[in-house]
Amino acid sequence: MSKMHIKMTVNGKSVETLAEPRELLIHVLRERLDITGPHIGCETSHCGACTVDMNGKSVKSCTVFAAQANGADVTTIEGLGTPDNLHVLQEMFKEHHGLQCGFCTPGMITRAHRFLQENPNPTEEEVRFGMAGNLCRCTGYQNIVKAIMAAASEMNAAREAAQ
Amino acid sequence: MNEMTPTKSERAAALKGLGTSRKRVEDSRFTQGKGNYIDDIKMPGMVFGDFVRSPYAHARVKSINAEKALELPGVIAVLTAADLEPLSLHWMPTLAGDKQMVLADGKVLFQGQEVAFVVAEDRYIAADAIDLVEVDYEELPVLVDPMKAELDDAPILREDIADQKAGAHGARRHPNHIFTWEQGEKEATEAVLSGADVVAEETVYYHRTHPCPLETCGCVASMDKVNGKLTLYGTFQAPHVVRTVASLLSGIAEHNIRVVSPDIGGGFGNKVGVYPGYVCSIVASIVTGVPVKWVEDRMDNLMATAFARDYWMTGKIAATKEGKITGLWCHTVADHGAFDACADPTKFPAGFMNICTGSYDIPTAYLAVDGIYTNKAPGGVAYRCSFRVTEAAYFIERMIEVLAIKLDMDAGELRKINFIKKDQFPYNSALGWEFDSGDYHTAWDKAMKAVDYDGLRKEQAERVQAFKNGETRKMMGIGLCHFTEIVGAGPMKNCDILGMGMFDSCEIRIHPTGSAIARLGTISQGQGHATTFAQILASEIGISADDITIEEGDTDTAPYGLGTYGSRSTPVAGAATAMAGRKIRAKAQMIAAYLLEVHDNDIEWDVDRFVVKGAEERFKTMKEVAYASYNQEIPGVEPGLEAVSYYDPPNMTYPFGAYVCVMDIDIDTGEHEIRKFYALDDCGTRINPMIIEGQVHGGLTEALAIAMGQEIAYDEMGTHKTATLMDFFIPTAWETPHYETDFTETPSPHHPIGAKGVGESPNVGGVPAFSNAVNDAFRAFGVNHTHTDMPHDHWRIWKTARDLGMHD
Ligand code: FES
Ligand code: FES
Repeated sequence: MSKMHIKMTVNGKSVETLAEPRELLIHVLRERLDITGPHIGCETSHCGACTVDMNGKSVKSCTVFAAQANGADVTTIEGLGTPDNLHVLQEMFKEHHGLQCGFCTPGMITRAHRFLQENPNPTEEEVRFGMAGNLCRCTGYQNIVKAIMAAASEMNAAREAAQ
Repeated sequence: MNEMTPTKSERAAALKGLGTSRKRVEDSRFTQGKGNYIDDIKMPGMVFGDFVRSPYAHARVKSINAEKALELPGVIAVLTAADLEPLSLHWMPTLAGDKQMVLADGKVLFQGQEVAFVVAEDRYIAADAIDLVEVDYEELPVLVDPMKAELDDAPILREDIADQKAGAHGARRHPNHIFTWEQGEKEATEAVLSGADVVAEETVYYHRTHPCPLETCGCVASMDKVNGKLTLYGTFQAPHVVRTVASLLSGIAEHNIRVVSPDIGGGFGNKVGVYPGYVCSIVASIVTGVPVKWVEDRMDNLMATAFARDYWMTGKIAATKEGKITGLWCHTVADHGAFDACADPTKFPAGFMNICTGSYDIPTAYLAVDGIYTNKAPGGVAYRCSFRVTEAAYFIERMIEVLAIKLDMDAGELRKINFIKKDQFPYNSALGWEFDSGDYHTAWDKAMKAVDYDGLRKEQAERVQAFKNGETRKMMGIGLCHFTEIVGAGPMKNCDILGMGMFDSCEIRIHPTGSAIARLGTISQGQGHATTFAQILASEIGISADDITIEEGDTDTAPYGLGTYGSRSTPVAGAATAMAGRKIRAKAQMIAAYLLEVHDNDIEWDVDRFVVKGAEERFKTMKEVAYASYNQEIPGVEPGLEAVSYYDPPNMTYPFGAYVCVMDIDIDTGEHEIRKFYALDDCGTRINPMIIEGQVHGGLTEALAIAMGQEIAYDEMGTHKTATLMDFFIPTAWETPHYETDFTETPSPHHPIGAKGVGESPNVGGVPAFSNAVNDAFRAFGVNHTHTDMPHDHWRIWKTARDLGMHD
């Protein structure tokens, strides 16, 4: 099958690759660009393991053709923090035991990162609803919710301090 | 001593040993997207395998034509049973003493069965090629209902063994019958039943479900023909067993096989078995000479690998008028699907179903389990439980409730009357187990007090009245459960898998500068072994957990072990870790005595050092001893500081717990709302409370899923109806309640540190608690209403209300 030329910004870097028009974004990220943070749990847009941020929105990258991402600005878990400067969410997930096997974690954190921009002051109920597109089989969500609430207050405190 | 000298308790705290909620060392890589799961593995020249699967539940395979597929550019090979037969790999042994087709050999026995293995340059081409493989099927009559398996007109499924009058577990009375497993005393139990004041009877179906970890199963097989070595990466809960099986099957010597379990995205029993995908990938790598990756998609996973449960349990429970239980009888029909691919210890074809006397002192009992073949996927794995313990706990915890109705007694009170008492431990159950320890009354009373049980019952009675007055349409259910688990399989005298005794192992090396590495025969799938095993060791050898690396999952480096499932890692490998640590300490003591110029007996262990008795300012820390062991000649002592321990547990461990679920159900919509869930667990010594609580939250949520909606369902044609996450229920954060956790601590008397294991308790205890809550909500309505089967989805709850006339 003939391939098309795809250009995207991924985690702040511009990348180019050839891919078939039918290829899904998750496969292009993982197979062609070696970005293996986002995972595959279903390929039917139910589990959220493949969640990435695309043009300021959370998307399930198994439900987006790479062709649709042409020209897009994509952020994956790899783009959220660095080993020396972790994102608050990364720290809080560790602090509050918000992960076990870790398979859902990249999608969870990437979704939470966007969610907290949509709603910087969520209630626990709102977190549960806002995160309902991401499944976790290990944690029962309780500590994920805790981690996200903790990250929200840390981020708000930092914001206030900056003002 | 000056102010800067750390106190004993400061030194102990610095170790981050037993009892600390140490943060997990695994999390840095997982939170940064740097985990290394099977699908992340890429090797030069690697190609992809995928299966042509059967659309039919039962059919003859008349021909397979791969010509068109092979013409597609990028397709490298198409393997069928005919290709595997010369290698004797078209069938393989199952862990349950049966055999299973690797690729369809003349017929298919369940929908989704592996028919041909396509190897292609990428996964898209493989998927295209699957559509091009032409298979000519001739449909056969389908057997879906195990109760009809032995009727005259039942189709014979396993023609390969139709004439065999005996299988791995004794006599077979019909071609569709696999085994009958009997425990306890039949006549004595029948006598008790016939003479009893009260007998309650019920048939309780524990429906078919699936572990469904977020990561599916997969592997990468790489045959290095130059060196004759096979490397197999895969989602294996038991890597060493896989190596042995791979060697026996392929004929490749075991030292030439390296099996590696990378990070595993959840297992819950799904990743214990050996699947056709592994065998085909190995063969394909041998044939093509390049690495071959096979990773299931979700549909493959739900259709073909490792279902769980599917037990039809008919029970009779006898008691005196006062509620003292006198006998228990259970007959179970176990639907195993097309091949008996249970992952149970060899001598236990129905796992530890004979723990079904639960937490109660039941003097006489009898259990029979009939294993049956049907046209469904093979398996019967322990989904977050120790070998059928969830089925057993669900059975007895439902039977208690049914008996309470029959006796017109409070179900909590009935439990209390019948609990095994603290002074009865070690307790020998009527079905053959020796319960090591327990204190059920204390746990129960604590739970009842914490939830204000009497208050709840009062509120419930008021609600019933309000309903009768037409003031509410929401009923309230109180789901009680007191479970006893049996984990830590197990003693070699009665537990093995494929002949391998179920010991486990740990090997420790202390480095000269006083840090360490420990390798184990287990493999974490999210349980946090790298964190908790280091804690066990820290407390044993006085080196901080932060200075200990835990490594698992590589058979080239780790000592042989039986892997991680059935909550066995802490009871068995955790014990091996402690014992290996003690060996280190014994050698270190000799070195320290030499350095301190005193006799071995004149020094004693003190947190992280050996001190001279009565002169604690004279000491050698473990760190100093480690250095000395490498740089100083010590008479009569070999250099270095290493130890290995293979631990054969003397008994199982018996964690227990008391759970209470309070649920409102809307009788017009069938929706439920969990108002409260209280979980008290007693897992013996608590290694890391943070991790224990996380395990409890997770296990309860899997229990919630199973009880309230999750099922693997087939229609009468054997068509799988729940093969996507649209149909197969996994609760989201929104549907999942908040849990309250609590504990008591009754250490195991035979485990070196008293730990019992916890990972599976919440699933074992959670399912009955949720189900009992639903059933309890209806207790006041309809005298004959004692039980409704799971899953309690909205429709079923609504239907119960309707059947009880509550909509009239
Ligand atoms: S893999 Fe994309 S939602 Fe599951
Ligand atoms: S941590 Fe395992 S799926 Fe969420």
